[in-house]
Amino acid sequence: MKVRLLALPLVSFLFILNGCATLGEGGSSRLDLIKRRTELRCGVSGKIPGFSFLQRDGSFAGLDVDICRAFAAAFTGSPDQVQYRSLTAPERFTALRTGEIDLLSRNTTFNLSRDAAGGNGVSFAPVVFHDGQGLLVKRSSGISNLNNLKGRTICVGSGTTTEQNLNDAFQAKGIDYKPIKYQDLNQVIAGYLQGRCSAMTSDRSQLAAARSGFNNPDQHVILPEVLSKEPLAPLAAGGDQRLADAMRWVIYALIAAEELGITQENIGNKLEEAQSRPQLTQLRRFLGIEADLGQKLGLNNDFIVKVIQAVGNYGEIYDRHLGPNSAVPIPRGLNNLYSNGGILTSPPFQ
Amino acid sequence: MNRSKRLWWQVIIVIGLLTVMGILINNLAVNLIRTGLGLSFDWLWRPAGFALSEHPLPYQSSDSTAWALLMGWLNSLRVIVAGIVLATLLGVSTGAARRSLNPLLRQLAALYVGFIRQIPLLLQLLFWYFVAFLGLPSEPFAPLGAVIHMSNQGISLLGVTLSVEFAAVLLGLSVFTGASIAEVVRGGLDSVPSGQWEAFRSLGMTESLGLRRIVLPQALPAILPALSSQYLNLAKNSTLAIAVGYADLYAVSDTTITQTGRAIEGFLLLLLSFLLLNLLINGGMQLLNRAVLRSQHHH
Repeated sequence: MKVRLLALPLVSFLFILNGCATLGEGGSSRLDLIKRRTELRCGVSGKIPGFSFLQRDGSFAGLDVDICRAFAAAFTGSPDQVQYRSLTAPERFTALRTGEIDLLSRNTTFNLSRDAAGGNGVSFAPVVFHDGQGLLVKRSSGISNLNNLKGRTICVGSGTTTEQNLNDAFQAKGIDYKPIKYQDLNQVIAGYLQGRCSAMTSDRSQLAAARSGFNNPDQHVILPEVLSKEPLAPLAAGGDQRLADAMRWVIYALIAAEELGITQENIGNKLEEAQSRPQLTQLRRFLGIEADLGQKLGLNNDFIVKVIQAVGNYGEIYDRHLGPNSAVPIPRGLNNLYSNGGILTSPPFQ
Repeated sequence: MNRSKRLWWQVIIVIGLLTVMGILINNLAVNLIRTGLGLSFDWLWRPAGFALSEHPLPYQSSDSTAWALLMGWLNSLRVIVAGIVLATLLGVSTGAARRSLNPLLRQLAALYVGFIRQIPLLLQLLFWYFVAFLGLPSEPFAPLGAVIHMSNQGISLLGVTLSVEFAAVLLGLSVFTGASIAEVVRGGLDSVPSGQWEAFRSLGMTESLGLRRIVLPQALPAILPALSSQYLNLAKNSTLAIAVGYADLYAVSDTTITQTGRAIEGFLLLLLSFLLLNLLINGGMQLLNRAVLRSQHHH
């Protein structure tokens, strides 16, 4: 009797184990799965103010979160159909590869090793924030540039390109330093504030966000040197062209909407205007009244309307979370439209 | 159950285990094909490209990744060996103190064991590091004259300089494991018939001499097996070092995995390294065990 009681769970366990290895149906896309379950599983950090940060009411907010919401609006029709997963830096690629999440919108640097099939093999969408690695020091330390850090200790976080960048920058100058590596940004901050390190290093956006939470933010300075280019972009698992294309054009839609002056507020008027004036072909295509741009991506033709209604254009997202009146003000700099002195631009919606 | 039935059961269990292992290996192979990643260890010989805060042997970021991993392994070994020594000293004295005639000593030992065993190790490590050690002043001070200099940049003990990260991991692991070892020792001492205690006391032997010469030798066969599993626990728990910035094997692997994208290979190496470490500890303990048993036969 006991034996039979054991046999059933054992056999089913074996079947489940065996099911973990499937070569997958060719040509199927994660996009279909997202649409079928009408819910997007989005990996975020959850610990970076301005990008993805847990609010008092238990929801997430930030630029990365709004990008998730934009994707959800485009793929499922509603920006609220998102399940967020907080992931640490080392966890994120595994979560993506195993299919636990559909896509990642989590301060991830776009670089060759991650993009290439021989590296992490993921597909990046266009850059949503141009960042760079910097160093934060105490104002009272008198450190004003990289050379002053000779022989000093620097707190650094794990699972990122920051360790390599730090090493490259110091080696190029022939300066010695000592890295203390922690697993988590919060530990890096604690180590720095407790005085273990003369400086902490991370992306400048993260330094600005961390500093906003300090007791005396003005007692800490970000050094002028930028150690690296850190273009942060959302990403999906590799080899899924349909999902990657859909993500790419949602991001471009946010940028193009800012170029065209379409905002969350005036989208209704723009839509009416486009419907009543057939000669506005560019606007009609963009809003899905004419042609079938959405369909080509496997989305509804009005996906851009849904996206703008949900989160506004790129500039609106930026101002909401990182603008001068937000809790984490970061000057727009490179992240402005090309026409305004930045480097953002969108290919044509044709 | 008769003999042949028992044999059949063994055959069935072996087949079952082999099937599970086969399926797991098959899963790994199929999933590697699916994601287009073969197993490759070429990256081990490429330059590591990151610095390490402490390394027992000379190391530069231009050295190979394999060398960096070896530094991590040696760092792990260093803290594990030191931890085992310190935890044993702490555990044995606490365990003996719990059977001491001095009531204050007994109470203190019970308090230590009771308190430490209630708190998760990770929290203890974070406490030792962020509160106790990083709370030290940044300028060194010497509470015991020339014996020890302490600051939140490092600790110098009789001229040997330890990083605060190493000190925090060592102290955290030793204090935590010491409490468990104390229980193991107490259990071992209790396994010795009370007549033996009474015998040496009636002979006029001092407590410490009687403990060392009469009770402990008889308690050792009961203590050693449980002690070796505490040592293995200490070794495995040392991977929590990354939480307090110590460059142990896990911390170094963590960096190489994110830099190379070779997660499966990285974890396989980690697995093998820990297997090797624990086999070393286990082997050492078995030798000790056998020596103790042999010496008992001579008596």
